[in-house]
Amino acid sequence: MKKLISLLVAFLVIGGLAACSATSEEKADTILIGVNLELTGDVSVYGVPERNAFEQAVSEVNAAGGIDGKLVELVIYDNAYDQAKAVQNTEKLIEDGVVAILGSATSGMTMAIAPLAKENGLVVFTPSGTNSAVTMDGTVVNPYVFRSCFIDPFQGQVLANFASNDLAASKVVIMVNNGSEYSKELARIFTEQLNKNGGQVVETASYADSDTDYKASLTSLASKDFDVLFIADYAKNAGLIIGQARSTAGLETVKIIGPDGFEDPQLNDLAGGAQNVSNVYFSTHFSSLSDNQKVTDFVASYQAFTKAAGKEEPASVFAALAYDAAYMLFAAIDAADSTDPQAIRDSLESLPAFSGVTGDISFDALHNAVKPAFLIELNNGVAVNATIVNP
Amino acid sequence: MKNVLNKRNLITLVIIGVLFFVVQLLIKERIITAYMRSNIYWIGIYIILGLSLNMIIGITGQLSLGHAGFMSIGAFAAAVVLKTNPTLTGLFIGIGIGVLISLAVSFVVAVPTLRLKGDYLAIATLGVAEIIRIVLNNLSVTGGASGISNIKMLMSWPLLYTFVILTIFLTHNFKNSAIGRACISIKEDEIAAEAMGINTTKYKVIAFMFGAALAAMAGSLFSTTYYIVKPDSFGVNTSINILILVVFGGMGSLSGTIIATFIIGLVNIVLQPYAEIRMILYALILIIVMIFRPQGLLGSQELSTKLLPNFKWKRKEKSS
Repeated sequence: MKKLISLLVAFLVIGGLAACSATSEEKADTILIGVNLELTGDVSVYGVPERNAFEQAVSEVNAAGGIDGKLVELVIYDNAYDQAKAVQNTEKLIEDGVVAILGSATSGMTMAIAPLAKENGLVVFTPSGTNSAVTMDGTVVNPYVFRSCFIDPFQGQVLANFASNDLAASKVVIMVNNGSEYSKELARIFTEQLNKNGGQVVETASYADSDTDYKASLTSLASKDFDVLFIADYAKNAGLIIGQARSTAGLETVKIIGPDGFEDPQLNDLAGGAQNVSNVYFSTHFSSLSDNQKVTDFVASYQAFTKAAGKEEPASVFAALAYDAAYMLFAAIDAADSTDPQAIRDSLESLPAFSGVTGDISFDALHNAVKPAFLIELNNGVAVNATIVNP
Repeated sequence: MKNVLNKRNLITLVIIGVLFFVVQLLIKERIITAYMRSNIYWIGIYIILGLSLNMIIGITGQLSLGHAGFMSIGAFAAAVVLKTNPTLTGLFIGIGIGVLISLAVSFVVAVPTLRLKGDYLAIATLGVAEIIRIVLNNLSVTGGASGISNIKMLMSWPLLYTFVILTIFLTHNFKNSAIGRACISIKEDEIAAEAMGINTTKYKVIAFMFGAALAAMAGSLFSTTYYIVKPDSFGVNTSINILILVVFGGMGSLSGTIIATFIIGLVNIVLQPYAEIRMILYALILIIVMIFRPQGLLGSQELSTKLLPNFKWKRKEKSS
């Protein structure tokens, strides 16, 4: 084992020097905000629109004179959906002197940096981490973690209310993916809420995550008497189920409802063609179909902003949630009249209801966003209608 | 080799001790910041992973593409134990459990596949890592697909250093033991090794299990460093990242793996601010190194205190 040690020393010295030289320059008239996102890797499709929206919000607020006369500057690091990088980025951002951190896009990465946020007294604000544990520190709320999206269980309630009130359904059957926490939790909350509304779950059929043939369960469901089929899953399985249901006798036109997992460009293909995707409804965080002035403005300005940045793209759910998160943070900094991280946290927690592009948002005691959901109706695979369902 | 406390070992011990205290002091004086420290943790954990894979690929010549699977066993074992017992004792229990499960799983995989010659192990380990990941995805005790969060952070420089030095010690001694020599002969020429009376299957299984156990240990350290574990952190990509360290440093060279891990750690630090370009630059650096050093940075050579000038002890010391 008499090895390599001299090289170890050399590298550590280099590392130490690098650390010394990386002193952050304090600029008094800018507000540094950290961004810790999944910009590469498996889930970059979430992170990239969020970064664009953050940048758009910053350029807008700076064009309007900044916050309390100070310009906002983003420090953006990519965590590549890797918790080691997410943690390292957060430590770097703290050294860079940011006043708060926007991100991450996924629940997992946000949970990786949440303990650091608490330890260092810095706000972490996730636009799209929907897992209910994200803002929790064990059994109590983590005082430094916030989110601008609703949590998974909320969708179960919204969908049950939508089925009872808007679709006038009293009997529902549920298809649930046994291998997915998301699916099981949604089915459970949905059932609870539907029973409260006086409805009834006639049957719950479960399947494995890897299943691709649902004919047997669908045929047996077709003989039951029910109004609505609830598929509590992502498009990967739900698309196939929709397609197979449409070719099952008795289920050709039955109303199908689902969670935000349905929002996937591949849904129509998986369902065997857009003609199969009618009478389908799903809940989500945002819809560009809304005729709200704020939404139409954002849809146009986001497209213009990304075009100017070189890669035009339509406003997505992730962009909208990130846009709201950025503005909520700006509002909190503005209200705090300070760039002290602790003051920003206090101000964010007591932020009055914020009117954003995804609806009116306020925080509950667990820092979850209380806000409306959008229910999208799909006809021939195209979103034709968006209904806002308030919490 | 009679005298364990010969001069060369003493020099090594002194270097180990000095390095420890220098870094400890730098951390205490905050010259090494929290950010640098977490990069050092990353480097340390990946040194253990790289060295453990080097036992299988570099020393024994068996390609394994499922190292992240064994890492995840250790990671989840430690995470589960740390949830109920968030202390160092809990961590050590978790490491123990992880190593035992990893040994058992690697034994089950190795015995049938390593009887065969050729690259069957690569495919089998790829499959095993996927099986482990899917099992973890569906196991309720490990939190399913979302994994375990809020794991107690116990990582510290002394802890990391202890495990890295332990790993270097174990792997170095393994390489220079009779078993290690047998493994090297299998890598060089399996038929010739067999003709010399070496039970090739036995030594391949030993090397594989040894590597898998160390990977589980590294996984446990990983989970107590980065607060969460989730099954999809341990996919093929992670296995490939570990493989890169071994190939980059030179197969069979322990010091090569360590240097490669340092370089890749530094490259990651330097490239951190460039999100999308980083992947391209990273790949480019690897390609350039592989063009100019196809055998890896050190080939199968080692850097050691043997290379240091021997000063005046030279006359006294006849053998090493």
